[in-house]
Amino acid sequence: MNTAALDVPDQAGPAKQKVILCEGNEAAALAVALARPDMVAVYPITPQSSLVEHVAKLIADGRMDADIVDAEGEHSVLSVLQGGALAGARTYTATCGPGLAFMFEPYFRTSGMRLPIVMSIVTRDGITPQSVWGGHQDAMTVREVGWVQLYCETVQEVLDTTVMAFKIAEHHDVMLPVNVCLDGNYLSYGTSRVELPDQAEVDAFLGVKNVNWHVALDPLRPMAVDPLTGGSGGKGPATFVRYRKGQCRGMQNSLRVIEEVHEEWAQRFGRRFAPLVEEYRLDGADYAIMTLGSMSGAAKDAIDEARDAGKRVGLIKLKTFSPFPVEALLKSLAKIQALGVVDRSVGFRWNCGPMYQETMGALYRLGRHVPSMSFIGGLAGADITVGHFHRVIEATEKLLSGPAPTEPVWLNERD
Amino acid sequence: MYEVRFHGRGGQGAVTAAAMLAAALLEEGKYAVSIPSFGFERRGAPVVSFLRCSDREIRQLTNIYTPDCLICVDPSLARSVDIFSGLKPGGTLVQATHKPLAEVALADAVGVVGLCDAIGIALEVFKRPITNTLMLGAFARTTGVVSLEALKRSLADSDFRDAGLAQNLTALERGYNETTVYTIERRVAA
Repeated sequence: MNTAALDVPDQAGPAKQKVILCEGNEAAALAVALARPDMVAVYPITPQSSLVEHVAKLIADGRMDADIVDAEGEHSVLSVLQGGALAGARTYTATCGPGLAFMFEPYFRTSGMRLPIVMSIVTRDGITPQSVWGGHQDAMTVREVGWVQLYCETVQEVLDTTVMAFKIAEHHDVMLPVNVCLDGNYLSYGTSRVELPDQAEVDAFLGVKNVNWHVALDPLRPMAVDPLTGGSGGKGPATFVRYRKGQCRGMQNSLRVIEEVHEEWAQRFGRRFAPLVEEYRLDGADYAIMTLGSMSGAAKDAIDEARDAGKRVGLIKLKTFSPFPVEALLKSLAKIQALGVVDRSVGFRWNCGPMYQETMGALYRLGRHVPSMSFIGGLAGADITVGHFHRVIEATEKLLSGPAPTEPVWLNERD
Repeated sequence: MYEVRFHGRGGQGAVTAAAMLAAALLEEGKYAVSIPSFGFERRGAPVVSFLRCSDREIRQLTNIYTPDCLICVDPSLARSVDIFSGLKPGGTLVQATHKPLAEVALADAVGVVGLCDAIGIALEVFKRPITNTLMLGAFARTTGVVSLEALKRSLADSDFRDAGLAQNLTALERGYNETTVYTIERRVAA
């Protein structure tokens, strides 16, 4: 709300930046303006609404030069952007929860067509029962659709990651859509100090726009887009396999590109975020807890307190959830003897959190048994506090000497 | 770390007040994070918002359960909501009320009270019972955690313009000047 700028007296980074106070949704909107998209399409939905309201205001105030399409629903939002991306536009939207569900058909098509659309998911828990509050269930539900998914911890990271997402998506070795996930409520409305990068520096960082080099709605380069393939005869099966293998290659390439882009960001702007997996006080730890998104700040405070009390515990935080950063995670898992994984959503099939389920796959590759357990908290806007993390730390510590429970621990069951 | 919980009713600007206070603290070189409570806020329904400030970076993005200070921008709220829940012993209450101290309900934990007839002043300044900027002035007077000057600068930098800005600056100043601060003496248990 307060965008008046102050000069930073002790600016650490090499680039000139202003300090402002804003909520996560506004930070995302400001980042989108910095990335200079040609086209945005929007449909408001809680808790994403103020994000697209900020985008609309930036355009109305002349601070952002983009076409905005106020579509009649999320299915149209993403379909409109597909046309824009095919015509060479840099494109952006944001949604969550039921809006993402309504978007699912074009959402699936976007990654198959290798369109580098950037979309914020202001994460919201799933219905039913009715809820309009935060949780990772929406983003987790679509984790197997070929989008890159990055989760942010702070308002600053929302701003920085949203700019970086365009560079990752449009990288020629990637060419995949990117979701920047920011926790509904705690990050979307959480208001804090952020440093706003200078426009010229962001222009230099993103470089010359080159979105429509591979497929294009271009009369001078006519080509068939999204052909009918598959089936069991002719060239169909092989063509379909080439598409899928190409998507998987792009996903794997993105792991390297995400690291490179974060490194360049750190050098230009002086802010360094772990691109794939963050370790916090993991060296010398016997066991670790694992987090995702805005809960990680409270987890770090709890780790500090536990360390002061003599507990040998550390933190592993994922930023990149899709593609799952197996190799990077294995390096962290190799350091510990027990693991507790905290999810903000539910994996119904395995009776645990989805991140826990995926981490068990990585643990198998470790080739050594690491006792582990799943915690589920922060559903539908519930809080995950430092106190909750102390419970997580205590329960995880017991895995070093006792049996691992097969049921998840539901953190907010008695809040 | 200093933690403040705002209590108000939908439409009184408790959420905006938390963000304005965060901006003023930022002006003074501090770290501040504010988080609103979530829901389908309706005009008149009880709402809560939270503010943390510190000289160091604030990592936890959570609600506040053991505040150092309560700012209650509505005089009738304490009848329907337990505003004192979790208040630290010796904590501060900044309360909008026209009543004298003896008639204000207090919990045992309260050590300092700032009282301001925010509704009465707001009706004079805005012709409406909007008390949030007034109560920021009352908070500055009661606690000294933020200066009146920083609050004024953050208001001037906000979305308020012209007449609205002038009214809010007046409200801020009157809230500061017309707040009475009391220290509660605790009787030692026999």
